[in-house]
Amino acid sequence: MMSLSPNLPPDKQREMLRQMLMIRRFEERASADYLAGKIYGVVHCYIGEEAVAVGVCSTLKRDDRIISTHRGHGHCIAKGADLNRMMAELYGRQTGYCKGKGGSMHIADFDIGMLGANGIVAGGISIITGAGLAAQMEGKRGVAVSFFGDGASNAGPFHECLNIAAAWKLPMIYVCENNMYAAQTAAAVTHALSDVAAKAAGYGIPGVVVDGNDIFAVYQATNRAVERARAGEGPTLIECKTYRWRAHTERRGQPDPRDPAEIEAWKGRDPITRLERQLRDQGHLDDAGLRSMEGDVMRVLEAAVTFADASPFPLPEQATDDVFAA
Amino acid sequence: MRELTYNEAALEAVAEEMRRDSKIFYMSTDALPPLLNEFGPQRIKATPITEAAFTGIGIGAAGCGFRPIVDWRQVTFCFVAMDQIVNQAAKIHYMFGGQVTFPLLFRASVGGGGLVAAQHSQSPYSMFMNVAGLKMFLPSTPYDMKGLLKTAIRDNNPVISFESSRLMGRKGPVPEEDYAIPLGQADVKREGRDVTVVALAWLVHEALAAAEALDKEGVSVEIVDPRSLVPLDAETICSSVRKTGRLVIADEAGPTAGFSAEIAAVVAEDAATFERLAAPVKRVCALQVPIPYSPVLENHVFPDRNRIIAGIREVLDAKGPARAV
Repeated sequence: MMSLSPNLPPDKQREMLRQMLMIRRFEERASADYLAGKIYGVVHCYIGEEAVAVGVCSTLKRDDRIISTHRGHGHCIAKGADLNRMMAELYGRQTGYCKGKGGSMHIADFDIGMLGANGIVAGGISIITGAGLAAQMEGKRGVAVSFFGDGASNAGPFHECLNIAAAWKLPMIYVCENNMYAAQTAAAVTHALSDVAAKAAGYGIPGVVVDGNDIFAVYQATNRAVERARAGEGPTLIECKTYRWRAHTERRGQPDPRDPAEIEAWKGRDPITRLERQLRDQGHLDDAGLRSMEGDVMRVLEAAVTFADASPFPLPEQATDDVFAA
Repeated sequence: MRELTYNEAALEAVAEEMRRDSKIFYMSTDALPPLLNEFGPQRIKATPITEAAFTGIGIGAAGCGFRPIVDWRQVTFCFVAMDQIVNQAAKIHYMFGGQVTFPLLFRASVGGGGLVAAQHSQSPYSMFMNVAGLKMFLPSTPYDMKGLLKTAIRDNNPVISFESSRLMGRKGPVPEEDYAIPLGQADVKREGRDVTVVALAWLVHEALAAAEALDKEGVSVEIVDPRSLVPLDAETICSSVRKTGRLVIADEAGPTAGFSAEIAAVVAEDAATFERLAAPVKRVCALQVPIPYSPVLENHVFPDRNRIIAGIREVLDAKGPARAV
């Protein structure tokens, strides 16, 4: 069972479903285009974890800031990134968010408060804590959200930043997406505690465990944390228990040591199906509404692919642009 | 003109810039009392001893419109923040397609002479020179310190201010009025005809002493202080070498893949300069060892005026590369 909807208007609830669908369809396409050779390097898919990004970002304002991980498409889309520029970046084109210099692991859009995907585990935590400090100094009640995985919660910067954020009462929300695996290694092998959220106690801040596949549970926990942060009461650690359906990366032939039965079991807890079912049960969605939503998502996606495919590659000599700012 | 120490000149530059621009704030593991007294704890922040965290916090705040100064104190303490320096600060502007700027000043003391052994006597600037996306400088005088630091604070990129621990208490003239020295501009600290010495920081002063001694023998030494490591003023260095035909490079760091190697390469790659070389290039550097503690050992490892004099004599006696006529 998933949590009942908080007092959110049906439009907002449908929008949350649409965003989760958008993430899933975007990544299905990114994976296919990667295997077809149109996207280069590496792609890390977020499929199965969509409720975390959308649940968290649905509580935020445009000026609030987030930072992502190597598995960053979902956070970008949930914060409102432009699909055309995202896909163009994956395609390595001049029109991409990073002019073809970043690719899947480095998409950022500072205008919407998306401070970037980051290819180093735990690499973004201190940067977004700096955004939290900036928000505190700006004094406009802004907050900053750090997305990171269970792997990062064992790294030094996580602990260093939780301590500083707690000591300085920074308006931070630390969101651990615990998908139970750090690349190929099971959390059970490397974690001293089964709950990442328990680490909050060491810094005297709230630590909350939620079902990360229950979008309203994520939303409500984040909402409380955001209110606390905006009120100047300091950071919260939220651990979202979730699961990635696909392998660590889309690389062909990459071993996936996980038990297929485990993967299937988690597919049975699909956050998208759960929200869809609840919206239907409450009379907020019918077949026609869902078809129209799916159609809308696919139109946006196809337009993004067309835009990316039609966009020029960077000129070779642009490799030397933007090493330094003017 | 009034005189300030190297360290006072640095603090004056920081304070003046902080008065001018409210977006500047300062993070360090100890709040520096004169800055704390003037600007208070909101802008002069004492951090936990967690360089990885507060270096990253500086990057994030810079990306959000602030202009942080991150003071690592000694360069050795920044090594725990290498991910933030190399993977994040240096690349973030480029990697994100230049969409925002990251105005960020890092401060770090370098060099030996303090008898504090291997971990606290390092000069690793060439490690950072090798990373695209970082600017950096290492001044030799209070005047240069203040002028370069002001430029660095106003720069919209991550800049590292390497500061010689041997020179902290050394006095020199610093004008009262506002001035700034551009990055990428070397300074000829002494003009000469017979040999060029390219030296950094403390070794600029050792080279000046060496030049005085050799002057009595009729040897005329030109001393070029690059001041800025990235960007590097190759033209001033090459033009001096074209004039003198001989080059000695003096550096408190070890030679391997170091600043001295870069200067030698810059000179060797420039055809017009290379063809004027009358002798092989000579490097006068620290020995390639961790810096030892005992004064006898430390003195043996670091170059000084005597080794610079020996290096100059060597290039004066040597023959140039054989050239086809």
